[in-house]
Amino acid sequence: MTMRRLVFYGALLALSLAAPFLFPAFKTQLATLWLMIIVALSWDMTGGQMGYNSLGNIFFYGTGMYVAAVITIAIAHDVGEYTAASGGGIYTWTWGQYFAGLVIGTLGAGFFCAVCAAVIGWITFGLRGPYFAIGTLGVAIAAGELVSNWDWVGGGQGITMPNYPGDFERFKLLIYYLFAALGITLFVFVSWLYSTRFGAAINAIRDDEEKAEAMGIHTLRYKMVTWAMAAVFVGAAGAVSAFQLIHFEPLETAYQTINLGIFMVVCVLLGGKGTLWGPVIGAVMFHAFKEVTWSYFLGWQWIALGALIVVVVVYFQDGLMGYLRQRRPDWFGMRVDAGETP
Amino acid sequence: MTGAIIEVSGVSKSFGGVRANADISMSVEKGGITGLIGPNGSGKTTLFNSIVGYHPIDSGSIRFANREISGMAVPEIARLGLLRTFQQTRIYGAMNCVENMLVSLPHRKMSIRDAFRRNSTEDRERAETLLEFVGLYRKRLLRAGSLSFGQQKLLEFAMALMNEPEALLLDEPTAGINPTLINGLIDRLRLANAEFGITLFIIEHNMRVIMNMADTIYCLAHGRMLASGAPEEIQHDQRVVNAYLGAH
Repeated sequence: MTMRRLVFYGALLALSLAAPFLFPAFKTQLATLWLMIIVALSWDMTGGQMGYNSLGNIFFYGTGMYVAAVITIAIAHDVGEYTAASGGGIYTWTWGQYFAGLVIGTLGAGFFCAVCAAVIGWITFGLRGPYFAIGTLGVAIAAGELVSNWDWVGGGQGITMPNYPGDFERFKLLIYYLFAALGITLFVFVSWLYSTRFGAAINAIRDDEEKAEAMGIHTLRYKMVTWAMAAVFVGAAGAVSAFQLIHFEPLETAYQTINLGIFMVVCVLLGGKGTLWGPVIGAVMFHAFKEVTWSYFLGWQWIALGALIVVVVVYFQDGLMGYLRQRRPDWFGMRVDAGETP
Repeated sequence: MTGAIIEVSGVSKSFGGVRANADISMSVEKGGITGLIGPNGSGKTTLFNSIVGYHPIDSGSIRFANREISGMAVPEIARLGLLRTFQQTRIYGAMNCVENMLVSLPHRKMSIRDAFRRNSTEDRERAETLLEFVGLYRKRLLRAGSLSFGQQKLLEFAMALMNEPEALLLDEPTAGINPTLINGLIDRLRLANAEFGITLFIIEHNMRVIMNMADTIYCLAHGRMLASGAPEEIQHDQRVVNAYLGAH
């Protein structure tokens, strides 16, 4: 790594760590920004790098929330009794139980979602192009409906998580750092992954899957593993969201196909599909746009957001990074080598 | 050492009412160059597709290196070392040439742990050497999708060599290539055969090319095996001449 890059990444890391102290009033918005970065980066693993546009990644977010909730409740209480009483306020958690729930719940959510991704992927990866998108969307919608009819996890009423057993501002700080840690881990992970042969193989699947098969690449295995890796991070992010929101319900929060489920795709399109930084930049741009419209154009915010989506999809499909790559290919190392041939 | 590396016996394949291949039997000698000719629509590409497992065959048997492969899937057959290039060239358009080469490393020799490693310096050097071999070294950092059709064909050939196949099926390697480059391509195909020991099985319409290169030539017409033999025999076979002139 060159000195310049080291300084750049160091400064970015320092800014990430200091952000909640620099802008103490915006801890929750900053945490949500990290959430957007996580879901965008993990969406791009299949959508941008592998060419499989999933509209069902929100399934892992919702499932992660529920897995974390069930684990956390089960640590201290009986889940069926707890949900039947709708929380009720008579249930308490010790510090130890709360943090055990936080750690085991988040890891368990990631693991469970990875298994789900492998299983669902094994079925849906036979679908290509728009059929894959619709198929995965169907999985997410069906899951939301199933969970909202499942009383053991609270049905349509949703489920209530324990309150943080301490100061609320410190709780917000904890959530911010959990999301930040997850996001930074994911960024480091994908930047390593894309530099390996694995990354090249999924790019090959994106560019021409039939050719990849003809060259002997284990295409189905690569697709399942990639989606499972993305699902780990989305599921874990869902788990942290569950603790952050305290109460959530299945259709509008957990399996929110039309909100976060679409936002993650728009973030990636805005920043540039199939690039390392595109999803991150896109998530920042999208989140800023969303916060501004929600604050200053209340009542028109959905129209503004819809207009943004239409403009991006129609005129700006390659996103910011794609635009730059087309205009300045030499910045991305694409050039004719005029040097001596060996 | 010689012997048949690919043995096709009694293979038939129909698409709806069209019998693309009817009771085809043939063999490809290990270490040799075998040609496959025939008028358009005679079933050459269908036979290729059947051999590499692109579609199931209706009847018959296909063996590669003494192993029945007719029920296997495309990637499995490719990992055995039987590779094909496409008539409509296929490369990974958004990746540069070096990346195209590196992703073509033989996956049959790759463990799961190897897949999570970076490419070694030797891999890169080999990729660059092969790109130099097909004359694409200076364009190695360009997106493969931005190359001309002929260059993409050369790249696809280099990718196949990178995969270190035992046998390589080439579907019209010279189609769309500038006539002045064809001689160079013939030389390279010959070198790949002689130096890397890769058995070649080539579909070709350019008679000058195939007659010069192949040891044995098979000729298909209307989905049937019409004739086979050495290039001189085929050239003087009245049935082959008639098939090409439409008298068949």
